[in-house]
Amino acid sequence: MSGPVLEVADLSVRYRTPVGPAYAVDGIGFNLMPRERMGLVGESGSGKSTTVLALMRMIRPPGEISAGHVRLEGRDVLALSEEDLRRTRFARMSLVPQGAMSSLNPVLPIGAQFADLFAAHDIDPDDGHVAGLLSRVGLPPAVAARFPHELSGGMKQRVCIALAIALTPAVILADEPTSALDVVVQKQVLATLGRVQQDIGAAIILIGHDMALMAHFVDRIGVMYAGRLVETGPVKTVFRSPTHPYTKLLIGALPSLTARRAFQGIPGVPPSLTERPPGCPFQTRCPIAEARCRIEAPAPRPVGSDHLVACHLVGPA
Amino acid sequence: MYLDYAIRRFGIMLLVFALAVSINFALPRLTPGDPVEQQLNQLVSTSSGSVGDVKAIVDSYRARFGLDQPVWRQYFDYWGMVLRFDLGFSLANYPERVSESIAGAMPWTLGLLGMATLISFAIGTLMGGLLAWPRAPRWLGWFAAPFLVLSAIPYFLIGVILLFVGAIVYRVFPAGGGFPFDMTPGFNWATVGGILWHATLPALSIVLAQIGSWAIGMRGMLVSVLGEDYIMLAEAKGLTQRRIFLWYAVRNALLPQITKLALTLGHLVSGAILVEVIFSYPGMGYRLYQAIQSKDFFVIQGIVLVLSISIAVTMFVLDLLYPLIDPRITNKRN
Ligand SMILES: Nc1ncnc2c1ncn2[C@@H]1O[C@H](COP(=O)(O)OP(=O)(O)OP(=O)(O)O)[C@@H](O)[C@H]1O
Ligand SMILES: [Mg+2]
Repeated sequence: MSGPVLEVADLSVRYRTPVGPAYAVDGIGFNLMPRERMGLVGESGSGKSTTVLALMRMIRPPGEISAGHVRLEGRDVLALSEEDLRRTRFARMSLVPQGAMSSLNPVLPIGAQFADLFAAHDIDPDDGHVAGLLSRVGLPPAVAARFPHELSGGMKQRVCIALAIALTPAVILADEPTSALDVVVQKQVLATLGRVQQDIGAAIILIGHDMALMAHFVDRIGVMYAGRLVETGPVKTVFRSPTHPYTKLLIGALPSLTARRAFQGIPGVPPSLTERPPGCPFQTRCPIAEARCRIEAPAPRPVGSDHLVACHLVGPA
Repeated sequence: MYLDYAIRRFGIMLLVFALAVSINFALPRLTPGDPVEQQLNQLVSTSSGSVGDVKAIVDSYRARFGLDQPVWRQYFDYWGMVLRFDLGFSLANYPERVSESIAGAMPWTLGLLGMATLISFAIGTLMGGLLAWPRAPRWLGWFAAPFLVLSAIPYFLIGVILLFVGAIVYRVFPAGGGFPFDMTPGFNWATVGGILWHATLPALSIVLAQIGSWAIGMRGMLVSVLGEDYIMLAEAKGLTQRRIFLWYAVRNALLPQITKLALTLGHLVSGAILVEVIFSYPGMGYRLYQAIQSKDFFVIQGIVLVLSISIAVTMFVLDLLYPLIDPRITNKRN
């Protein structure tokens, strides 16, 4: 069995702001195995999109990757030359963007937006290639001649997925690919994404808010809080026995059909990313925090097989 | 769909055209008294004899316009004359026809102002695009700075300065006119050279004044386009910088620039009267200025009509081009 297709270690991204650097991603690490489906959840602003952009090395000023390693198929992405980086993008690691509605160039027909992808990577596709890609995501070939404004939101999202698989990358990063769609279309698009991902044998990182949708899709899940990965593990384990206090609250907050009760949120707000008080980032909202949590930041520790939790107060299972 | 759209736009152009002609017809008739006779008499009293045979002009005028006819009849006759491009006679240079006067001045204006506007549009737009592009070379900022400053100075002031320095202090360029006095224009290099030599200063004053404003407009648009999601995806796709710049950034930022270009071209004549006046350039602006000075009523009227029509036509051409640069346009219902 080969090693991980994507290795991320100690990755940090900070944005320069008027009040000092904001650590949007703060020392996260994980491995992604070939063909694996990993989910990344966390509330808005926890750094999910920033993580994805950092993996593509697309953080723009005033942001910068301040530390860490990203290895894609053994190659150090952060050390690639501009030209090598350009050729790696979409060819080895592709992206389904968060705002698919507005991610297609409004003045070019869909076909041209496939053509320039191929041209940029010196590929001369066969005649039916674009039609083939479109049909794989459930779109008729005629879509190639259309402009983005002539497509529905779901269709645009499918076009973005077709683009992402066009060069058979090893990793697909999907940033909330379905958040702007209605529930029915959401499920269809996600099913399509899963199918083509398996077809081309890529691994995928799926970002999402919807825990239920996520639970059905991914093998492994990572929970982000204030730029840190507080818990990672197989999705079944994390759902059955959430271990980090934040994950517990997150899963406890899910509405349930059997027990009807008042909707429960998580009290409090995430900490400021610029001040970074010492200790655990979750201390202010944590129901079980003690003195130690205010001094020392917890590092992820194994609590079970393939199950890591960054909390001082939970021991190995 | 495009055809429907084009036909609709053509209809709008005809409407504007009809409106312009009608207003042009109505205005002199709404003026109390007889403006022509008044002005002719005034002209005679101020410039003894040089006006020509006053009586002949007044008679021909009355016969031509059939002022004894009912108004609807006059209106149709007027349309007939406009369609034949028969706009009457110049009062100051009788028996020169207004149509001849305009036809003689038009090419100069189109040539000078049209070229100057297109040149400053092209240079300014490209410059503005590059100024907003993070990967553009550093020296560009230094190179562009003077143009941005110049755009704050009115073009006629730049024109006066250029005239003073280039034609009076250093005598490198002619101080006025469209071509050398001692030259018989023809299709040869000497003519072309003479015309270019005379056009240099006036054109330069427009180009220098406008490049900066084109650049500023484009820079602003490009900055906002760079924040769009499709630029992010284009970069993620691994497209080359050149492709992203030209086909994703500039292409999308161009739309408002094109609108501005069309408006500038539409108002070409009225927009740069002062340059033509400063350089005594034999174009429409200078002609209009002369006509106003000598109260040459029909020439003023004719030029105003031609102006309104040229604006209507430019807007129509622009409407036809719009869907080609922005495919979203034809879908808009209006
Ligand atoms: N250009 C920027 N300048 C300063 N701070 C930024 C910038 N971009 C993002 N951030 C900050 O980085 C943090 C993480 O943002 P990110 O977009 O990664 O969150 P997210 O988890 O994807 O949220 P969402 O679920 O809403 O998409 C946020 O606190 C945000 O304010
Ligand atoms: Mg996000």
